[in-house]
Amino acid sequence: MWEYTDKVRDHFLNPRNVGSLDDANAVGEVGSLACGDALKLYLKISDAGIIEDARFQTFGCASAIASSSVLTELLKGKTIEEAKALTNKDIADFLGGLPKEKMHCSVMGQEALEAALADYLGEKAPAHEPEGELVCKCFGVYDGQIRRAIRENGLTTVEEITDFTKAGGGCGECQERLAAILAEELGKPAPAPAAEAPAKKGLTNLERVRLVTRVMEEEIRPNLKKDGGDIELLDIEGKTVLVALRGACKGCPVSNVTLTEFVQKRLQEQVEPDILVKEAGK
Amino acid sequence: MKPVYLDNNATTMVAPEVLAAMTPFFSEWYGNPSSMHSFGGHVGTRLKEARADIAGVLGCRPDELIFTSCGSEGDNAAVLSALAAQPEKRHLVTTRVEHPAVLSLAKHLEEKGYEVTYLGVDEQGRLDLDELARAIRKDTALVSVMYANNETGTIFPLPEIAALCKARGVLLHTDAVQAVGKVAIDLSQLPVDMLVLSGHKLHAPKGVGLLFVRQGTPFRPFLIGGHQERGRRAGTENTAGIIALATAMKLAQAHMAEENSRVRALRDRLETGVLAAIPYARVNGDTESRLPNTSSIAFKFVEGEAILLMLDQYGICASSGSACTSGSLEPSHVLRAMGVPFTFAHGSIRFSLSRYTTDADVDLVLDKLPGIIETLRRMSPFAEEPAQKPACTC
Repeated sequence: MWEYTDKVRDHFLNPRNVGSLDDANAVGEVGSLACGDALKLYLKISDAGIIEDARFQTFGCASAIASSSVLTELLKGKTIEEAKALTNKDIADFLGGLPKEKMHCSVMGQEALEAALADYLGEKAPAHEPEGELVCKCFGVYDGQIRRAIRENGLTTVEEITDFTKAGGGCGECQERLAAILAEELGKPAPAPAAEAPAKKGLTNLERVRLVTRVMEEEIRPNLKKDGGDIELLDIEGKTVLVALRGACKGCPVSNVTLTEFVQKRLQEQVEPDILVKEAGK
Repeated sequence: MKPVYLDNNATTMVAPEVLAAMTPFFSEWYGNPSSMHSFGGHVGTRLKEARADIAGVLGCRPDELIFTSCGSEGDNAAVLSALAAQPEKRHLVTTRVEHPAVLSLAKHLEEKGYEVTYLGVDEQGRLDLDELARAIRKDTALVSVMYANNETGTIFPLPEIAALCKARGVLLHTDAVQAVGKVAIDLSQLPVDMLVLSGHKLHAPKGVGLLFVRQGTPFRPFLIGGHQERGRRAGTENTAGIIALATAMKLAQAHMAEENSRVRALRDRLETGVLAAIPYARVNGDTESRLPNTSSIAFKFVEGEAILLMLDQYGICASSGSACTSGSLEPSHVLRAMGVPFTFAHGSIRFSLSRYTTDADVDLVLDKLPGIIETLRRMSPFAEEPAQKPACTC
């Protein structure tokens, strides 16, 4: 049983500001179903730069829901500058603390806020333009996010990095890299890498879901949208990717060709050579 | 608030009859069964009776039973004994869905230089026996396959597996912790070499378990010290626990028909009701071959820990295969091995009933769960199903 504070329980059982916001002018989205938690934050920012309303939609555990609820409460009435100064620590502190394994829930709140503000300011969302190399392939965590979590929260162990960012919590392959990043940040010599890295054995489910999601979002959907079409990722079962066609693609006489010759081919090139794409209901 | 306890695969209530039978062994008959005096000797006699009673329930000989402290001890003792007794054999076969008592031990043995083959399962959690047959090698010391899965209740075909291992001359151990007391097991008919059970899963207290080692099976003790258990497991006997285990096993045998009729019917009513009331839900596991008390149901678009904590508000105790309850970040290894899609795996809940479960317990779940799932789905950014979206106009 997790030891949640009364405040976490309250914000989980009676979450404030749940739902989407039709007149939102800033939307930030982080996480995915594969990762086990995701947050979509909606803000309505006035011309004077004041956050007038904030709402959220969250998929995740109690602390993810409570962190999102608190985030919206903290944001209401704040200026953009004040909102920018908000960190994951503020969220965790407001909740009276989170179990250490759950700190990543507060980090998710901060990242959604950054994405929403970037959306409003017309900047590229930091989550879409991550700094540095992709370190944790399972959960899609980049070098920049890891270094920042170390600095802002004074992390000293690889385990803490996983608690705050989830990096290293999947297949564990990047743990050596995490140790090296940590050593650099702490100003210590990097630990010597193991003599021989174990041979890579195919993709884990998590890696596959991450990769498919990314290729769909970054390459496939933008291309289809150019022609007024769209595609939705419904599910990934084993190596079969289940999709639904939207917009102009729906009912398009050559949609089969699009699926096999473009979508499937792209996924086969970028994810795995034996991946298959199926249209739902077909 | 009296809990609505639907987490009996985690642990069970000590049956009142069991408690009554064991209580005198704390402050009345507290003697050491190994003592020379008749006060201790009486306890020794009662232990002997308990051992014979259990042997009667399991269809084995009393001297094939070794009392342990828990299921994990039994599993460790069995696996390590098989390896110690056949030092030239360095290979182990097990499954990807074992309990950590076997799975973590297997990983540990890999680090020590042993080779382990982990058999996969299909989407219903079933083993491929041809794959098992192919995995057995000349240097295979042991096949370790659980009797029934703790998360999904899927029952493996142990009679076929045992026949296969016997034909290939390889030792077979089964972790039957979840099966004993729920399905009838007759060791005179089932040719496994070692079998492990745990008291607290069948209404005996925590702290007592059993390892069956068939006569003629090589055995190397795990706990070394005194002469107890004929030198196969040192340590003063947990007398009250052993009396409790014997009482609980006799009770389980007496209730076996009920377990497979009334409890099964309750489970089925719970499962059918949940699936009827809640869209985008599915059962994890092999519904054709499953423990009568277990139902693992996956709810799309929501996360298991959140469901459990909301159920907890109504005093309903269940369990989840979700990542968030365990502190790990990936959902249960059992659901992953079955290829349950992530969209479902994170939202899987296990209900496990017992002979103490009532109709009212099931009614409460059927009353509260649909609202809980709906509340969480309303919060979820993924819950908007494509089918419910307005048709595209272009």
